[in-house]
Amino acid sequence: MAEYNAIVTEATVEGDDDGPLAGKTVAVKDNITTEGIRTTCGSAMLEEYVPPYSATVVDRLTEAGATIVGKANMDEFGMGGTTETSAWGPTKNPMDPERVPGGSSGGSAAAVAAGEADLALGSDTGGSVRNPAAFCGVVGIKPTYGLVSRYGLVAYANSLEQIGPLASTVEDAAALLDAIAGPDENDATTRSEGADSDYASAADGDVDELTVGVPTELVKGADDEVAEVFEAALVDLESRGVETVEVSLPSVEHAVQAYYVIAMSEASSNLARFDGVRYGVDGGEGNWNESFARAREEGFGAEVKRRVLLGTYALSAGYHDKYYKKAQDARAWVKRDFDEALDEADVLATPTMPVLPPKRGESLDDPLSLYLMDANTVPVNLADLPAISVPAGEAEGLPVGMQFVGPKFGEETIIRAASAVEE
Amino acid sequence: MTDTSDAGDAVDPAEVHHVAELVRVDLTDEEAASFAEQFTDVLSYFEALDEVPEVEDEPDLVNVMRTDEVREGLDQEEALANAPESEGGYFKGPRVS
Repeated sequence: MAEYNAIVTEATVEGDDDGPLAGKTVAVKDNITTEGIRTTCGSAMLEEYVPPYSATVVDRLTEAGATIVGKANMDEFGMGGTTETSAWGPTKNPMDPERVPGGSSGGSAAAVAAGEADLALGSDTGGSVRNPAAFCGVVGIKPTYGLVSRYGLVAYANSLEQIGPLASTVEDAAALLDAIAGPDENDATTRSEGADSDYASAADGDVDELTVGVPTELVKGADDEVAEVFEAALVDLESRGVETVEVSLPSVEHAVQAYYVIAMSEASSNLARFDGVRYGVDGGEGNWNESFARAREEGFGAEVKRRVLLGTYALSAGYHDKYYKKAQDARAWVKRDFDEALDEADVLATPTMPVLPPKRGESLDDPLSLYLMDANTVPVNLADLPAISVPAGEAEGLPVGMQFVGPKFGEETIIRAASAVEE
Repeated sequence: MTDTSDAGDAVDPAEVHHVAELVRVDLTDEEAASFAEQFTDVLSYFEALDEVPEVEDEPDLVNVMRTDEVREGLDQEEALANAPESEGGYFKGPRVS
């Protein structure tokens, strides 16, 4: 199990005897609360934290018959794109152990790719399910905002994040989404659309007469070897009755900046709860401010400090209008662009990641280059839309993911499109 | 902190220390120095947001209300189980001043 450092806490929670996921094993990302099982968010801050309750999605997994096999490694508090910021060490990519598995749900994707679990749950704030799915050659879905309950997900950036499934096939990922989707009285942002879903049966590969929009801005930024695999997959789809059209999303040039300003701002507020009093690292003697500051110095890693500080900076007096307010304008612009593009096409297609999985240690020292890797995934979170990453082929022996983005609650359409790619 | 007109300039370690104090994170001088350099890069990248036009956003927000009824929650023992220190059924924190 330890071969790839995909699972950080092994545990067995048996599911109910029957149900649609009976006999399936699931790895749960370590920022999703599990009653009686250590939940660390990849952080030294929560090394000893054992939650007294479970997330709604965890209850739904076991009710559907799935067996939980452990907690999956992740970038600390979901902050990173490579699973190298975990306090428990990096996860290796089972496709090439010298390379990163992507992040922040890298442990979840690696557990599925290595066969350590049939299925996995991750969370996606700016691409954290789709990015590792692409880098590890598995399927990952970021649901429409509000489709899946966030009750029991340790919050990083509430307005952007959704829990999402990872699996080896589109149909399995869709079946896992069926199990967790739907309203929850413990999360007032959930909607009724997923209540009686049957996404799994949408994975039928029937894409005849489907219109796929290709946003030029998100294809031109991809490395050549990634773009080649993507173009070949499009040609294959055309041979199966898909019509492709070019669409334009001028706002995406500003999406990454807007995403990081919003995510860091929300993080600076969310992570204020880690004061070392109710849980977490004990800050020791001194007055409250000194003790609090010491607990956070010891408990948080560099990327978490970086984002909490930058978020506070962006929200502070004199900078709020310059950064946060402008980021909200950009978010509205991105939403409008996607709506217009999805008037012209049923789904949009892009390479999931513009690059092949980098080697470990290559990107960690330069935060800005790491942030730029998310260019194709973060716009979707800003627009609250659903998206899926499906393996589209290989380049240099490494997996390349293709992303489909759908309209709000258009999960069935993106699942159908993705299932045609894997055939 | 400097005023907005200086925001495009380099961030110095003193500014990083000031923000760190606001968010209650102790930083070593080395951390503050390396953050200062990185923040200069990241914030100058964020400057591109200046080009974003004002966009009308009409989110379809609805109030979600429920009756305020007593429901089962964590019991005291469960709530205190992860606290480094507790006393007499309460969290024990450091002194406030």
